[in-house]
Amino acid sequence: MQSTLSHRSLLEPKSLRDALNMLRQEKSLVPMAGCTDLYVALNFGTLQDTRFLDLWRLDALRKIERRGDALSIGALATHSDLIRSPLVRSRLPMLAAAAREVGGVQIQNRGTIGGNVANASPAGDTLPVLAAAGAFVWLQSASGTRRVPFTAFYTGYRQTVRRHDELIVAFEIPAVRGRQWFRKVGTRAAQAISKVVMAGVVPSTGSGRAADGSVRIALGSVAPTVVRATRTEAALAAGASVEAAQRTLVEEIAPIDDTRSTAIYRRRVAANLLARMLAAR
Amino acid sequence: MPIPVRLRVNNAPRQHDIEPRLLLVHYLRDVCGLTGTHVGCDTSICGACTVLVDGKAVKSCTMFAIQADGSDVTTIEGIATNGHLHRVQQGFWDCHGLQCGFCTPGMIMASVHLLAGNASPSRAEIADGLRGNLCRCTGYSHIIDAVAQAANSTEVTHG
Ligand SMILES: Cc1cc2nc3c(=O)[nH]c(=O)nc-3n(C[C@H](O)[C@H](O)[C@H](O)COP(=O)(O)OP(=O)(O)OC[C@H]3O[C@@H](n4cnc5c(N)ncnc54)[C@H](O)[C@@H]3O)c2cc1C
Ligand code: FES
Ligand code: FES
Repeated sequence: MQSTLSHRSLLEPKSLRDALNMLRQEKSLVPMAGCTDLYVALNFGTLQDTRFLDLWRLDALRKIERRGDALSIGALATHSDLIRSPLVRSRLPMLAAAAREVGGVQIQNRGTIGGNVANASPAGDTLPVLAAAGAFVWLQSASGTRRVPFTAFYTGYRQTVRRHDELIVAFEIPAVRGRQWFRKVGTRAAQAISKVVMAGVVPSTGSGRAADGSVRIALGSVAPTVVRATRTEAALAAGASVEAAQRTLVEEIAPIDDTRSTAIYRRRVAANLLARMLAAR
Repeated sequence: MPIPVRLRVNNAPRQHDIEPRLLLVHYLRDVCGLTGTHVGCDTSICGACTVLVDGKAVKSCTMFAIQADGSDVTTIEGIATNGHLHRVQQGFWDCHGLQCGFCTPGMIMASVHLLAGNASPSRAEIADGLRGNLCRCTGYSHIIDAVAQAANSTEVTHG
């Protein structure tokens, strides 16, 4: 176990500025938050990097707060922080639901939302929530800050627009109107990686329309990256039946056969989840 | 290059110069000699290595020891007082919450964390609180009995 960790070192920045300067000076430094993804990679020997930047003590990146009408969640907020936060529970309950599905309590106490997103696994459980909520990713480097729409953050399988000298500092989530829905399907109830994970927003009964006038649907584990099902959303907005929307969804996603499941099963489950989400009014 | 850490383990101050790459679990077992914390896997899934860091349950195989600098760490060795088992340990003893015992230190530490946040959990809440811990022997039901007994025994002491 220990041998895989030889020749590694860990830098302990005192502040965010400190951390960003270290990243600028040394492009191969790898940020480390809760280490729940990194450690597993280290141990499998799939990680070549030898020098790490420990973000854990940068408490400024852990804040969950309102910014005007939006919710701002620091990258270092742990899944436990999300589950407990009154702001997250009231404004973005589907995120609390997703955080509750991540690992067990020990992983929730250490694993962060920034790590879940930066790790860029298409199975990350918080990713469909951020996609469905129309979130933005705030990236910061020693030379400045930029705000990227979450749906433009991933460019391919485990690829993101983040440059090596940037950190994810926060997520901005505009107010979500409508009923939020989240469901993860895995092999067993606990500690299982998703076979299919889906988050959505449905116009609340009565109002008839969500904020942008339509249903929003995002899925994980059904394509190389998390995806917004925009064609299915458009079909529903144009008045498609549930059955027609299911057919569109099944064509729109691109699941594969892998160790966890098959493409056929994933299409079937995605269609079933869509029907459930639309029925649960 | 070794760097200094200072922390408290089971209320005793500790100070060592250690390699940054040393995992907390190996620090506890090999440097402090506290071998009650077990290593059961290499994918951070089993929970046998669970300890409390500043009161929160963590898998000590997913943390470097230097990341615990300045923290209070509690291991299975630190929960009995004056030779009296902690109520969770007593629960495992009374309810046959273990067979081979390999998972037990982690199960107990996760249960201590659970009861600190929820003094009278339902069986479903106990199962949920222990979902990060695997047991290959018991089938879990005696473990849940053990934690339920421990929860009830608080009420008795406090009532
Ligand atoms: C037993 C177990 C069960 C798990 N179950 C689930 C599950 O059910 N669902 C799920 O989605 N995940 C699961 N995971 C994976 C993991 O716990 C989550 O992805 C977690 O959110 C990762 O966060 P972290 O802080 O530990 O990331 P780390 O391991 O510290 O980092 C992960 C990656 O993100 C980068 N990074 C971290 N923070 C930043 C930042 N602020 N800016 C830029 N880059 C950054 C790191 O460089 C690294 O590449 C599980 C892991 C384990 C070990
Ligand atoms: S040794 Fe298995 S979770 Fe840490
Ligand atoms: S008692 Fe043997 S692993 Fe749990």
